[in-house]
Amino acid sequence: MSQVKERKLTIARAMAEAIAIEMRTDDKVFVMGEDIGELGGVFGNTRGLYKEFGAERVRDTPISETAFIGAAVGAASDGMKPIVELMFVDFFGVCFDAIYNMMAKNTYFAGGNVTVPMVLMTSTGGGYSDAGQHSQCVHATFAHLPGMKVVAPSNAYDAKGMMIASIRDNNPVVFMFHKALQGMGWLGTEKDAIVHVPEEAYEVPLGKAAVVREGTDVTIVGITSGVHHGLKAARELEAQGVSAEVVDLRSLVPLDRDTVIESVKKTGRLIVVDEDYHSYGMTGEIIASVVEAGVALKAAPARVAYPDIPIPFTRPMEQWALPSPEKIVSAFNTMKEI
Amino acid sequence: MKPSQEQELWMYKHMLISRFFEETIEKIYMEGKSPAFNMANGPIPGEMHLSNGQEPCAVGVCAHLTAEDIVTHTHRPHHVAIAKGVDLKAMAAEIFGKKTGLSGGRGGHMHIFDPKVNFSCSGIIGQSIGPAAGAALSRVMQKKPGVAVAYLGEGAANQGAFHEGLNLAGVWKLPVVFIIEDNSWGISVSKRASTAVERNSDRAVAYGMPGEFIEGNDPIKIFEVVGKAIQRARDGGGPTLIEIETSRLAGHFMGDGEAYRPAGEKEALQKIDPIPLMQQRLAKEYGFSDADDAAIKAEARAIVDEAIQFARDSEYPAPEEAMEKVFV
Repeated sequence: MSQVKERKLTIARAMAEAIAIEMRTDDKVFVMGEDIGELGGVFGNTRGLYKEFGAERVRDTPISETAFIGAAVGAASDGMKPIVELMFVDFFGVCFDAIYNMMAKNTYFAGGNVTVPMVLMTSTGGGYSDAGQHSQCVHATFAHLPGMKVVAPSNAYDAKGMMIASIRDNNPVVFMFHKALQGMGWLGTEKDAIVHVPEEAYEVPLGKAAVVREGTDVTIVGITSGVHHGLKAARELEAQGVSAEVVDLRSLVPLDRDTVIESVKKTGRLIVVDEDYHSYGMTGEIIASVVEAGVALKAAPARVAYPDIPIPFTRPMEQWALPSPEKIVSAFNTMKEI
Repeated sequence: MKPSQEQELWMYKHMLISRFFEETIEKIYMEGKSPAFNMANGPIPGEMHLSNGQEPCAVGVCAHLTAEDIVTHTHRPHHVAIAKGVDLKAMAAEIFGKKTGLSGGRGGHMHIFDPKVNFSCSGIIGQSIGPAAGAALSRVMQKKPGVAVAYLGEGAANQGAFHEGLNLAGVWKLPVVFIIEDNSWGISVSKRASTAVERNSDRAVAYGMPGEFIEGNDPIKIFEVVGKAIQRARDGGGPTLIEIETSRLAGHFMGDGEAYRPAGEKEALQKIDPIPLMQQRLAKEYGFSDADDAAIKAEARAIVDEAIQFARDSEYPAPEEAMEKVFV
């Protein structure tokens, strides 16, 4: 019996590998952004592409997000498949019009006669004292606005498959990657995000959540860092004799409500974890979706999210405010039984 | 580069189609909106930005373009859409919000998309620029023929998107021409009150590209200057910034009282209406007779009437079709 050799990659490597595979087979695919060329991307996700494909297809841009994201919209509508990087998602403030008024609306305004097949990849998350202009997730800000798919993998296998699926998608896709999961040592490394990644091309479908741990007593729903906090919390809860199921949403748009609802039908309890802000966010959306579906609950749902404050710099404040496995365990232990 | 007689006649005819179209839209727009003016009422609801007076900017540029060239435009798009060859029936139906419209009624007058002739526009000031640069880049990368033309108003030259987009086009030497339609008014604020330089074309030096200012709202001068710029773009010589002095004979939008206009300005502009001036030019240069003029006007009128009738006769989309075409 032949054994498949394990090939563990970081999310950064998996993303670069996915882009390279698509660039080799489709000459319409190209990459644009700040420092994505020779440097290989500040977060490593374009490493090696410049050397293989050159400056024409791996284009360093001026610090002009409105221009190059707008340009990607124009290029995508003219037959190309651009992948653009918004270095930190926090920077959306300087270019959001190109994203939500152009990229996300042109297909609809054109009655489906114009397509915008582009990928906007962008880093999220904090935990390394970069403060509130370089640490946000703003998942809900993007997911709230119609016309763009929004995905965010939590491990390297999904990152490769979802990047390939994003590039091949006919619609604009916002591909968020969490900095602490990226596998860059200088940002801290979540070891569970570094997993076996097959060499060949494969797709992980967009809009499909994954049950990453099965359980019967409580459903913990998360995305990116929230999944890893959830898995760690599940291991702690196991020691208490509690069986926790963990759902990795993977996509915010389209949102796989069915997988979440099915899980909560089984467990009767729900905790939603999000590094994005508490109010008006993904946590509220998930809880509302479960409640609207009429799922019989054994306890009031709980959320573990970032407080409604700008993200502070100093270590004690920053770490105190972040979601954590301990907060999830505590949320379970203080759930109000119905 | 002088236009041929045939090109001048094409320009005149499309100026007429555009003007007749706007005049017809203006009348229909007011249906159901009096005595009380409510923008939501009538067969054409919503904002309406008419292009009366700006026709030379459309025909002097588009005379050099074919369907494969790309044009991105603004919230005031009808004249350029017409000169670019957008299907007028489908465009009229879109403006009426009908199922037969270019986008099935989802876009309306500020969001005209006709991929058959590579025309698109955006209601956001300055957002014609990035997409045009990107489409130009696409042609270079695909080694496909075609240039991009981004239209913008003079007010958009004070947007960040202008600075970013022109710098990008300049540094990558993209085959794109930026056309500023300077009608001297950003809604109610004059160019003088909003712009630190007299001519936005002077800003071209900051982006490493030639800048040209064209006075007089003259389609022939526009044809000549823009023709060189488009040829340079086609030859790989990079982008150009051109500002055209034009006139907005209508308000910013329908319903605009225009109290901000200095007394006599509009009357003065009407005296230099480019359409009669073009007719006089044709008469002088080519012996274009009153009978010739009546014939071309009748032809233009018939094209407009047919498009408007098509729009009127078309059905509305089913409301729930609103849920379609978000993703494709």
